[in-house]
Amino acid sequence: MNTQNKEDLQPSQEQIIYANLLVIGVWAGIVILVATYAIYVTGILPAHVDMSLIPQLWGKGVSEYLEMTHSPHGWGWAALLSKGDFLNYIGFAFLALMTIFCYLVLVRGYSRQKDWIYAAIAVVEIVVLSVAASGILGSGGH
Amino acid sequence: MANIRARSAGWLFGSLMIFVSSCPAAAATAEQVAAGAAGKPWWFWPIILFFFCLVLGILAVMAGVGGGVLYVPLVSGFFPFHIDFVRGVGLMVALAGALAAGPGLLRRNLANLRLALPVALIASTFSILGAMLGLYLSALNPDIIQTCLGATIVGIAILLLLSKNTEKPVVNKQDAIGLALGLGGAYWDDGARESVEWKTHRTLLGMCMFILVGLVAGMFGLGAGWANVPVLNLLMGAPLKVSVATSKFLLSITDTSAAWIYMNRGCVIPLIAVPSIVGLMLGSLIGVKILAVAKPKMIRYIVIAVLFFAGLKALDKGLGLGLLG
Repeated sequence: MNTQNKEDLQPSQEQIIYANLLVIGVWAGIVILVATYAIYVTGILPAHVDMSLIPQLWGKGVSEYLEMTHSPHGWGWAALLSKGDFLNYIGFAFLALMTIFCYLVLVRGYSRQKDWIYAAIAVVEIVVLSVAASGILGSGGH
Repeated sequence: MANIRARSAGWLFGSLMIFVSSCPAAAATAEQVAAGAAGKPWWFWPIILFFFCLVLGILAVMAGVGGGVLYVPLVSGFFPFHIDFVRGVGLMVALAGALAAGPGLLRRNLANLRLALPVALIASTFSILGAMLGLYLSALNPDIIQTCLGATIVGIAILLLLSKNTEKPVVNKQDAIGLALGLGGAYWDDGARESVEWKTHRTLLGMCMFILVGLVAGMFGLGAGWANVPVLNLLMGAPLKVSVATSKFLLSITDTSAAWIYMNRGCVIPLIAVPSIVGLMLGSLIGVKILAVAKPKMIRYIVIAVLFFAGLKALDKGLGLGLLG
């Protein structure tokens, strides 16, 4: 196998950085999820919605559920981090933000290589994901 | 040591086969449990869900499908949760699985960033629209979503049954868009002991298909590996291994945008979500071990049968026929 072929088989530098970031992020996310869930179910922090009440309400639609439990939508959970149930949202948000972090690294990598098409694709993707995460779309009240 | 490991995996596989063979029955049992457990304490459900998802994770890996496509129809059909919450958690489950699989696939150069990025942009944008449409329809009448979900799952089962993916499609001439984006590469095939070079064709048509893929993924919270692979492999001409790996990686982007819409709307209940995510991820890890001694083809047919059953059950529930209990 010649040198050119060997180079073709290697993942790009951006792929390696992306993969390394993902490994750290995923394990951190899982640890956060398990730790916050343990805090929640052991009752170390009080829950906003009583756990014994949830099985009576999870068969209802989301609007009704939010109304009956006085739960927030959008980023409203961030104001309720002292409650065991909403503490779990740190793990969910962390996992869902991972891709945006990774894309920021891609933008830098592609810009350095002057690969403007892929740098632009990465920037637009960050905008799309940020809009989705912002709560501007689809977090309409109840 | 290796012998003991193989024997343990064999036992595990044997036990799993017994479970899998009776999977519709097991799912029906879950439903009976659901019906008869209204007065159970709160911790009963997370435990049941954890073990249910553990088995789903094993099956998903062995059948080569994502967790979401099994999770949403089965859990919405046989557990007492509203479909809004099932879809929200389904996306988180698919997202976590895709994020976990991503690093290994990228490092082995099987998942290709250049192939993934353009199609991910299209799919993730339209998965937002799909999620918003799905939540709107669900607010109008959840039976609409349940019925559409049932029809989609039956369609997916037919697609899985009939699609004959090609290991290494022949692409004689790369199209202009594929060339401009540099959609091609090479990977090392361990089985054939050779490097495989590839490039795409019909790129524009393939990209248009990802509009549909994104919409369906967002609307039903399914993930979309079942659709990504045929589009990348059969339509665009990427080798099967690259298609499967890139598809898995793609889910981490597509599902992120839709998951945010569901999460911001309040569709992720921690009591349901964490046991589901952790159960499915652990199940996937076990599935990878069992894969060495299993007959994935047989498992695949059983999973297709389970999907048919889950799809018909969702149709039955959505249309209010009551034929399947």
